[in-house]
Order: sequence, then structure tokens, then C-alpha cells
Amino acid sequence: MLSIKGLHAKVDDRPILRGLDLEVGPGEVHAIMGPNGSGKSTLANVIAGRDGYEVTGGSVRFLGRSLLSLTPEERAREGVFLAFQYPVEIPGVSNVAMLKEAVNALRKHRGEPGLDAMDFLKLARERLKLVEMKEEFLYRSVNEGFSGGEKKRNEIFQLAMLEPRLAILDETDSGLDIDALKVVAGGVNAMRGSARSIVLVTHYQRLLEHIVPDWVHVLADGRIVRSGDKELAVELEQQGYGWVNSGADQAVGVG
Amino acid sequence: MRTAHDASTYVAAQRDAAADLPAAGRRWLDQCRSAALAQLELTGLPDQSNEDWKYTPIRPITREAFAPAQAGSDCPRQFVVASTIPNLDSYRLVFVDGFWSPALSHLDDLPAGVTLAGLGQMLDNDPARIEPWLGSALGSEPHGFIAMNSSFVGDGAVVEINAGVVLDKPVELLFVSGCGGSGRLSLPRNLVVAHSGSQATVIERHVSLLENRSLSNSVSEVIVESDARLTHHAVQQESPRSFHVGGLFVRVGRRAEFRSTTVTLDGALVRRDALINLDDEQAQARLDGLYLAFGRSHVDNHTHVVHHAPNGVSREHYKGVLGDRARAVFHGRIVVQPGAQQTDSQQRNQNLLLSRDAEVDSKPQLEIYADNVKCTHGATVGQLDEGAIFYLRSRGLDQVQARRALTRAFAADVLERMVPTALRSYLEQQVNDRMQAVSEIER
Repeated sequence: MLSIKGLHAKVDDRPILRGLDLEVGPGEVHAIMGPNGSGKSTLANVIAGRDGYEVTGGSVRFLGRSLLSLTPEERAREGVFLAFQYPVEIPGVSNVAMLKEAVNALRKHRGEPGLDAMDFLKLARERLKLVEMKEEFLYRSVNEGFSGGEKKRNEIFQLAMLEPRLAILDETDSGLDIDALKVVAGGVNAMRGSARSIVLVTHYQRLLEHIVPDWVHVLADGRIVRSGDKELAVELEQQGYGWVNSGADQAVGVG
Repeated sequence: MRTAHDASTYVAAQRDAAADLPAAGRRWLDQCRSAALAQLELTGLPDQSNEDWKYTPIRPITREAFAPAQAGSDCPRQFVVASTIPNLDSYRLVFVDGFWSPALSHLDDLPAGVTLAGLGQMLDNDPARIEPWLGSALGSEPHGFIAMNSSFVGDGAVVEINAGVVLDKPVELLFVSGCGGSGRLSLPRNLVVAHSGSQATVIERHVSLLENRSLSNSVSEVIVESDARLTHHAVQQESPRSFHVGGLFVRVGRRAEFRSTTVTLDGALVRRDALINLDDEQAQARLDGLYLAFGRSHVDNHTHVVHHAPNGVSREHYKGVLGDRARAVFHGRIVVQPGAQQTDSQQRNQNLLLSRDAEVDSKPQLEIYADNVKCTHGATVGQLDEGAIFYLRSRGLDQVQARRALTRAFAADVLERMVPTALRSYLEQQVNDRMQAVSEIER
């Protein structure tokens, strides 16, 4: 599904990713953990194609195709979805208007006919339930005046509407209380499937108690320094990230 | 260099036409016209040395000698039908190059206590009714173009709502320019009088028949007496080659409420002046505006709100969307006179620049001579939010879709407040169409 090899990327001329390798198979859930500044969000944004993230080496392939030459909307239409760490407020553009245009752009790309208003609303109502959102959220401006929890639920609602093949969740757990976290995790779990891969970018292990990953990777200094199963997350929770920096030095020799 | 067709062109044209203007020979009217003519001759057409015209060169207009349009030009009925606003039930007066066309108008079932008529007809038949109103909201001529309109004053709309009458449907004034061919000047003058306690909505629309180059010089005077509520929407949607100068001059009485929305969708050069006098206690005014300018369009809105009496409220919100090499000017002046204590006044002007070559000059101006007032103003000029664009693109919208959605959203809140909803929907559609046509919702 997603194959990243030797990825180097800079932000503001500062190297952040320094030779990152990651393989995500179909239907797998991978967690990327690491201390602040390790490059987790940079990785998410590079995959989504945000401006200002300069790739200086390596490759990112999605379903056998290079992603790096595609525009953000082409990536979205190919099936890449980014749940934002800080969802943007867009006054005057309703959730329903944005999603209808987005869903139909994706369908058109796949050669499918656009959904009419009735079918679209039917789908939207169904998917709202996954994240326990009321219908009125459809008609509110995108994220405007939403609480932190509502914003994150709205991201997962959009994920559920757009049905991506690869979903990257950037710190989706940050700022959530336990109830909101359970709702968000429930929505994500409902969208798990054999054709959909999920990459969870997170600082804390607690999200992984609710969305159990197949793989856990530790990112430090722009590289994956350790990979393992879900037990690795528990280990990190107990030991903190203190050991990671010394580990990173060793990894230079290994890599 | 070619000769500029300045005021003298129009002074000469007025002298040729004066004897044929409606009710010519009536003394008070002749005096009105000749006083305005003298002013036009004296001050000339405005140039950039005039502070109020600093950013609006009128050279595009003075390159050509526009000939005052003649009555009787033909405007196809199908055009009027095609220009109607879907689902808007209204009493409609249609004007062809500034002249009232009873045949194209629609005044069936007009309730008692309401007068809708052509100004020319009223001047001929009942001039004494017009005499006290004409020029009363305008006051002194603010510049040469308005003086030009006054010197030719002859036709236009008269809307009178008797005391206490609540009009059930909006009055629509449709001005079709360019019917008599290219290079025509139309000069309508409209008088709207809402007597005590009455309520009405007047929609003034300016459209062009063809892509003819024309000059519209349209002046509306509005008198809102005590406890009356009047809503006035002005929609300027003439051809991209047309020139439009015009003004809205309003007097608002005790506890009366005046609301207006000025929407400019197109035009090569558009200049609109608004003067709102809040004459008496607790008078209220809400002025909203939306201007779209693309290509090499130039749109200039000058608003002037004067609080004369205590406890007045004014709210002003103008928004502009500019692309290509378009230019816009907003000059919002608010004056609070010494007696106007407890005035509550807010003004906002927000501009969205879609291209690097577009330019806006925004000048808020507060003059406060009372000591116990609440006045705020603010002006912004900005671009589309790149973060929001990326967010929409990450959901699958392309650049153009994303920029269009954000631009529409920017324009939306001015229209959101508009009533009747049929007009609002129509304008939302017009704004959307305008965005579609603009090739460079570009970076």
C-alpha cells in the first residue's frame, strides 16, 4: 500500500526527516510514536503534500505509484486522507458543501457518477452516527466554533465519508478527554478493513489502547529507530522516550 | 492626445435639451436645473486633485462624449422577462435608458396608499407634489456628476408610501441601459418617500441590454419619516464595458430605520456615493455592500453617514472581492454632530485580493464632535488563507474549487442578511456565476 524508502525532508531549510523507511501493507494499522520534534507531523504532511515541506531524497510510493509528484488533491483522489492535528476553521463553507464537492471529486476521479443530494445526505447521516455527531454539524461552517473534541470527530467523520485507502491520523488524540477519545477511536475502528490502511501518528500510548495497531514504530531524529508490535507502545509508556536518543546514535551505525 | 470630453460637453448638451425636459418652463424646476448646471460648469467633472476622487481617475469616461439618451428607445420585452429575478413577486417599474416605460412595467393590484409612477409624468401632471422632495435628501451637489444629473432631472421613479402602509411586496425598479445604441448617457432621478410608520422594500437594479458602452448617472433620494422602515437594495450589473456613477441620498427621521445593500457585480468604472443623514433621535441605518471587480474594473464606494441627533445607530459593512488588475476604493466617512450623544456606530470594510495586481484603497474616516458616543471602524485587505486552501485540497477539491469555495464564503455574509430571499438567492447565483467566469481564481 505505502512504501517509503530513505525519505529525507526539510522544513524551512532544516532537515527533519533523515532517511525514513516504512512499509504499510493493505489493511494494516501502524502507529508512529516518538518525542516532540522527531518528525512525526512532518511525515504526515509530506505524505499529504503540504507546501513548505521539501523532499530532498528518497521515495514515497502508494499502490506502486510515486506520490511525491502529485498535488494534494490528486493524492486525496487516489485515496490518501490526512486527519489534521489542527483542523482548519473555514467560516462560510459548510461541512455539507465541502464534503459533497469532495466526495463527488473523488467519485469522478474513479469514473463513478456523482451522488445526488438525497444519496449524499443518506450516506452522511449514516456516517455521522459513527462519531456520534448530530446532523446539525453538516450545516455548520467547517470546524468554525467547534470544540477541540468536535473538530477531531469531524476529521473522522470526513474520513468515513471519503473512504480513503490510506488514512493518516496526525495526533488525533491530542486534546481529547477520555470520552471523546473513545468516540473517535470507535469511528476509526469502524472504518478498519482489509482494503484500508491506517497510520496513527501519536505521542502517547493511550490512543493505542482503543485502536490496537498491528505495528508500532519509534521515530527519532527523522528515522524509524525501532519497530515492534503493540507491546512496544507499552514499553515506551513505561520507559518514556529518554532511551530513544542514545538508541538513535546506535542506529546510525546500523543503518 | 485626444481632447477630453469634460463638463463643457454636458453643459452644452443640457442647454440643447433644456427646453424639452419634462415640465420645462415651470419656474422652481427651471431654477433647480440651472443652479445645478451652473455648479457643473463651475466645478467641472471631478479630477484626482479632489481628495474624494484621488484614487478614481475618470479618464475612461471623458475619452468619449456620451449623448443624453432620448425617450422612446426600444427594449425587447423578452429581455425584461429574461432579466427578472426568479420567484420574486414584485411591483415593477421598468426604465429604458432612464425613461419610464409603462408598457414594460407591472403595477397590477397595487394597494391603496401607494404611488408608483414615472417622475416625468408626475412633473407634468402634479409638479406641486414633487417640489418639496426634489433635492431635499440630496442637499448640495457633492460633485460634478451629481450636478449633471440634477441639471437634466426629468424622469426616473417616484415611490410614495402613505403613512402607516405596510407594502406587501417589494418595489422593483429595473433600469435597462444601452437600448438607444452605444455611447448613450442615462440620467434617472428616483424619489422614494416612506411616510410615518410605513414599511417597504425597494430594489433598484441596473442592467445593460447589450455590450454597449454606456454611461449611467443615476441618483436616488430617499426620505424615511418617523417610525417608518425602508429597505433599499441597489444592484449594479451592467455590462463590463459600461460606466456607472450614482448616488443614494437618504434622510432618516425619528425612530425610523433605513437598511440598504449596495451590490456591484460588474462594470468598467463604477462610482457610488451614499449620504445617510440620521436627522432625528433614535434613527437607525444599516449599510451593507458587496463589490466584485475583475479584469480592469474600477469600483469606488463613498459612504457618508451623519449622526445629527442623540441615540442614533449606524452599522456599515462593505466587502470587496478583487481579481486580475481590478481596483477598488472604499471611503467611509462617519460624522457625529455635537448634539448626537449616545451615538452607536460601527463600520467595517473587508477586502479579498485574489491576484497580485489587484489593488484596494480603503479609507475609514471618523469625525466625532460629541463626547459620549461609541464608534468603531476597521478595514482589512487580505488574501485567501493558504491553510484553508490546503485543507480543502487535502479533501480532494482542486485549486480552483478550493479558491472558489473560499471566495464565495467571503462574499456570503453580506448577502445572508438580505430580504427578500428570492433576491438573495438570485445574487448568490450571480456571484457564483461571476466566479465561474473568472478564469484566474488564480494564485
